[in-house]
Amino acid sequence: MSARFWAVILVALLLAAQAFAQGFGGLGTRAEGFAVPQRGTPFTFPRDHGAHPNYRIEWWYLTSNLRAEDGTEYGIQWTLFRTAMEPRTEDGWTSPQLWMGHAALTTPDKHYVAEVRARGGTGQAGVSAAPFLAQIDNWVLQGEPGQGINTLTAKASGTDFAFDLKLNADGPLVFHGDDGYSVKSQSGQASYYYSQPFYTAEGTLMLPDGPVEVTGTAWLDREWSSQPLAANQRGWDWVSLNFGTGEKLMAFRLRRGDGADFTSASWIAPDGRLEALPNGAVSFTPLELTDIAGRNVPTSWHIRAPERGLDIEVEALNNQAWMNTSVPYWEGPVRIFGSHAGRGYLEMTGYE
Amino acid sequence: MTFWPALTVLFSHWRRRPGQLATLLLGLSLATGLWTGVQAINAEAKNSYAASAEQIAPEQFASLVSQDGKPLSIADFVALRQGGWRVSPVLRGQLEVGGRSLDIIGIEPLTTPFSFGATDQRGGGTPAINLDFLSGAGQALVNSTTAERLVDAEGLPPLVIAPSVPSDTVLVDISIAEQLLERSGEIDRLMLAAEQPLLRVPLTEISQSLRLIEPREPAADAAQLTDSFHLSLTAFGFLSFAVGLFIVHASVGLAFEQRRATFRTLRTLGLSARGLTGALAVELLVLALVAGGFGVVLGYVIAAFLLPDVAATLRGLYGADISGQPALRPEWWARGLAIALIGTFVAAAGSLWNIMRLPVLASAQPRAWAMQTVGSARAQTALAVSGLVLSALLLAFGSGLPSAFATLALFLIGCALLLPFVFRLVLKFGEAQARSALAQWFWADMRQQIRGLSLALMALLLALAANVGVSTMVGSFRTTFTGWLDQRLVAEIYLRVESDEQRRAVLQWLDGRADAVLPIARTDATLAGHPGEIFAMANHPTYREKWPLLSARDDHWDDLASGRSVLINEQLSLRAGLGLGDAIMLPRVGELPITAIYSDYGNPAVQVIVGLDTFSRIAPETPFRQFALRVPPDRVSATIAELRAHFGLSAEAVIDQSGIKQFSLRVFDRTFLVTDALNVLTFAVAGLAIFTSLLTLGGMRLPQLAPVWALGLTRSQLAWLELARALLLAVLTAILAIPVGLVLAWMLLALVNVEAFGWRLPMLLFPLDYLRLGALALVAAGIAAAIPAWRLSRIAPADLVKVFAHER
Repeated sequence: MSARFWAVILVALLLAAQAFAQGFGGLGTRAEGFAVPQRGTPFTFPRDHGAHPNYRIEWWYLTSNLRAEDGTEYGIQWTLFRTAMEPRTEDGWTSPQLWMGHAALTTPDKHYVAEVRARGGTGQAGVSAAPFLAQIDNWVLQGEPGQGINTLTAKASGTDFAFDLKLNADGPLVFHGDDGYSVKSQSGQASYYYSQPFYTAEGTLMLPDGPVEVTGTAWLDREWSSQPLAANQRGWDWVSLNFGTGEKLMAFRLRRGDGADFTSASWIAPDGRLEALPNGAVSFTPLELTDIAGRNVPTSWHIRAPERGLDIEVEALNNQAWMNTSVPYWEGPVRIFGSHAGRGYLEMTGYE
Repeated sequence: MTFWPALTVLFSHWRRRPGQLATLLLGLSLATGLWTGVQAINAEAKNSYAASAEQIAPEQFASLVSQDGKPLSIADFVALRQGGWRVSPVLRGQLEVGGRSLDIIGIEPLTTPFSFGATDQRGGGTPAINLDFLSGAGQALVNSTTAERLVDAEGLPPLVIAPSVPSDTVLVDISIAEQLLERSGEIDRLMLAAEQPLLRVPLTEISQSLRLIEPREPAADAAQLTDSFHLSLTAFGFLSFAVGLFIVHASVGLAFEQRRATFRTLRTLGLSARGLTGALAVELLVLALVAGGFGVVLGYVIAAFLLPDVAATLRGLYGADISGQPALRPEWWARGLAIALIGTFVAAAGSLWNIMRLPVLASAQPRAWAMQTVGSARAQTALAVSGLVLSALLLAFGSGLPSAFATLALFLIGCALLLPFVFRLVLKFGEAQARSALAQWFWADMRQQIRGLSLALMALLLALAANVGVSTMVGSFRTTFTGWLDQRLVAEIYLRVESDEQRRAVLQWLDGRADAVLPIARTDATLAGHPGEIFAMANHPTYREKWPLLSARDDHWDDLASGRSVLINEQLSLRAGLGLGDAIMLPRVGELPITAIYSDYGNPAVQVIVGLDTFSRIAPETPFRQFALRVPPDRVSATIAELRAHFGLSAEAVIDQSGIKQFSLRVFDRTFLVTDALNVLTFAVAGLAIFTSLLTLGGMRLPQLAPVWALGLTRSQLAWLELARALLLAVLTAILAIPVGLVLAWMLLALVNVEAFGWRLPMLLFPLDYLRLGALALVAAGIAAAIPAWRLSRIAPADLVKVFAHER
């Protein structure tokens, strides 16, 4: 999946709450003492599936489009964020590493959300590379020995929902931007960014009405960086889309106050070959606004990539998929119509 | 004649009589001040309850602790979190900083169920974290009071003001608490979030050594409990206000009567009755506003003066914490001025009504004021009787605290209104007994004087009756309480050990040194739907002989010891309507019959006592760590000293029962300081009322006195007679006030206390106190009468002669 930039807001919020009041443009852009992504750095696995505490922000971000036997569609989100106040690790409560988990389950008419937080250094949360285990409280994303992240179990529970999914990858990892070096603005802020978009998923959702067996697809994003957004960027719109053709698209648009938005996209062939689409190659046009507790959030989009013959409408499965978490945002499953058909996920930040 | 000149004329009266103006203003200010002060105290206390309800306390959440009382570890915390339990650690301890002992509470802001300054509430579902709290030097959240005390203190992170932190408490990140308390890796309790997620691993599979503590009852309870206290304060304030209004009534009446000639002149000059009434109303308005303003300031002073005592009372009686400093709020001004205005117009309504209806050339006879028509006296008596009847009806059929107070108020008002009627009877009797002409004149003149003095005397009656009633109640309470303490605190020494090892060692050591070692334990429980506690009691003659039982069945001690029955306190009996033979449901052991009810004064909560074995079944995880020791009286201090020396037990761990008694009585005495203070104030107001009235009458009674003087009595003889009359009236009032006060005491003890506290006290009589009060009334009346009498003795004979010359 693409740039999970909104986590940058999280960092900024954590470090300077008042920045929020000044809008996204007020976010700091410094990264003192932290490592900074460098173009051309090769990835090493399984090590890089684990945490990178010398970088300020990092996430393991799973989204999944699911369907029950009766045809009802669902979406789930399992996310673990790491943010560091200082580039070091330590045992006990003094650790400067902080963790946050978000889980959500979206049905056509309900959106369940849970949030948990933890401090590093105690064992309450953390990620180990081999065997792979990302965990916070009783939420886990767990691999099998020697399998990297090819097979995963994803579990989470909130006060009114839970899910337990088995994931199997039938394609390779894909690396966004320049072999995983993903640029986020005209002025060069960047992150390390790779994904596993080829999961098939099956498992059980626990809903207030009882358990539901589901199958579908899932997409895991891995990203880490130390540099937040450029000073004039106010938020973003991001999609990960699975088309019926077996092709996939990750695309995002970083919105700027002056209208000079920055876009980036990855066109992924069914065999995993990735083509990075440069700034301006993809266009985003909101089609419909939804009122969510006084906020106007576009939950239907016209997305075009003329080079690829792409001209689609993306529509939320449930336009009330608002994440009422400590950093609020919109994230939910979408349906795709137009030149290409399929399912995917949409994320939007900065619509406060 | 226009309005403004009329007003100027009216006001000129006050310029000529500054003393009268002062009295009027003083009366009204006092009335408003007492009322406002009491309201302010109540408001301040209510605010404090509200604030304390929002205060941060780990006890407000259900929590997990270890069964053996030892600290938990970070591993325990992680195991619970990974089992799906939303728990958050607390590390807590005392720390000396800058000579003050501070309660250090270490919390973990990422998981804590608190929402407060360590997090940043932004309207979303979960509050954002305030990173400064947990990074770098961290932050120490304290309230502003604590911050002032810690201005120069070292050794704490930078202070940040957070109003929701209790006083002398410092809220820090758990990593900082670890360092401050030197307890790295330890956790005292794990707070449970109110909402827990699905699919948790059962607690027993995670750990066998955890114990669940229920959350503490919210402070709303304090507000409910203390309602009765505030209602009684309000009643006191209202009483004072009513007494104050008597003064206003007397002063206004006097001022109106003295100006009858002026009114007549104004009317004949062309001022309409409506114009005159309007002008008088404006005059009253100005006076009321001025006096109300003074009153509000006075109220603030009273509140500031009394609030520390009220705070002590509430802490002692209910454990409710309020701040000792009132704030002068804008709404006080509005309320104080409003009550002054309403009071003035209520007090002056009759006089204004008379002026409205006064014929233009009506006699300006000053005596007219003193003369009450037979009809209005009858009406007053009828009103008094209906008040008493209504009070009796409420007594018979009413229930609840407001009804109890209404019964009380109606009774007092009825008695006060009945006073002139009773006086008339007594004086008629006295007159019938009189033989000499002078004696006959003395009684007849007094009867006539009653009409002018009746309001002041009613005020005195109210003040005296309130004093008798309250002192009887407090005295009964104190005597009963002291006796009860003697019964309840039967053992010579109370001992608390810290651990099971220490218990074994101490018990071994005590073997042979103490006559008896009686284990004590308690646990919180919900009893018949009320939050309360269960106590364990050993089977021992100590209790059998002395425990303060109100009622009991045969063999209840044996039944208790064998686990067949329980004892309950009076509060539980009254609140849940449980009596002997009824059963009460207890955790884990089911229903047990009640075979005795004991008195439990000073305890706001309900309580059950069970035998030791029963207790072990109810709360198997609660260890017996407290003991009552019986030792010979001459060995008490030596045993305490040896226990402390041998086992390093602290002063709080080994207590001499006489120490507990002293402490309890001190709390008790503090509790009723406020009542005393208000009593004295009410008395002062009543004394002032008598003084005003006598002063008023003094001027007007010259036409009555002049003929007697002309018949040969000297001025000083007249003055002495005046003084004697005042004293006689005071004595009569005091005598009448005693039965009224005793009924009042009975109502306080049998109605108000039962409703307010849940216990009923036996009523005891304190004749010496009543004598003292009577003497006080005499002194007050004597002082009040002295100045008018002295004036009379010094009056120029010419003035007396003038009475005949000016005969109208």
